[in-house]
Amino acid sequence: MILAALLFSIGLAGATMRRNMIVVLMSIELMLNSVNVTLIAVARALTDVSGHVFVFFSLSVAAAEVAVGLAIVVAVYRSFGSVNMDDVSAMHG
Amino acid sequence: MTALQLLFYGVAAAMVLTALAMVLSRNIVHAALLMVGHFLLTALLYVLLRAPFIAVVQVAVYAGAIMVLFLFVVMLVGNRPVELEELLTGRRAIGIASVVVLGGLLVYAVWDGAPAAVPGSAQAVAAESLPADFGSPGDLADLMFRDYLLPLEVVSALLLVAMLGAVVVGRQQLAGPANGPGAPDDAIGDDGPDRGALTDATGDTP
Repeated sequence: MILAALLFSIGLAGATMRRNMIVVLMSIELMLNSVNVTLIAVARALTDVSGHVFVFFSLSVAAAEVAVGLAIVVAVYRSFGSVNMDDVSAMHG
Repeated sequence: MTALQLLFYGVAAAMVLTALAMVLSRNIVHAALLMVGHFLLTALLYVLLRAPFIAVVQVAVYAGAIMVLFLFVVMLVGNRPVELEELLTGRRAIGIASVVVLGGLLVYAVWDGAPAAVPGSAQAVAAESLPADFGSPGDLADLMFRDYLLPLEVVSALLLVAMLGAVVVGRQQLAGPANGPGAPDDAIGDDGPDRGALTDATGDTP
């Protein structure tokens, strides 16, 4: 679980400090993954399979989130010509 | 220290290293490949923690599907190595401060209970009362399709909606302002020939 905490922190570092949207999405995946590690570890410690079911759900949500996120990245790239977050600060259409 | 413990700590250290390298790498493709490595190591960790089914799902979903998605988008968007100064600028103070504080709090909070989960450690061996098929697909399906049936259906609906949303987001931009009546032309900006080719290719679709 210390491992999971470390991984979550690294993912957070990536999400807050990188400017490239794709890497930010990867960092979000990293954080989700660290939560999964925690769930599996707790399921093992408590000998309860429910944790595995929760990990299964969170995997599905992560997959959905990545699909939508990457679609947004592609859309943003088409209209702004960049995936750098600092270039994409305008909110007008 | 048993072999299992050694393996666990080795995998854990490798996971932290790949995660750090991923966040700090300058090349997006390198970051993506390091992410695959990280997820494969995670699957190995799941096997060590007696979750074989989840490990297989992890490999299939993350190392398979999500990785292909990431590489596709890197391919579409193009790969331009960033400068090292660009890597860690921008809200750096906020980022480092929040990471240090949150990481410290998390480690502090879970410190006591941590050894119990390490396979092969004394605590884990003392608490070793797992049935042989712990975490097997049958075990999991039993729980999932009985106790967690409603969440399962909700998640499948969520996946469907997300996929449709992704298609809509991608397609709107493809059809673009050239077809949409009343779309302001000056909002398009500096994207030149690329957009022209895209709107030409789909120009006859409403």
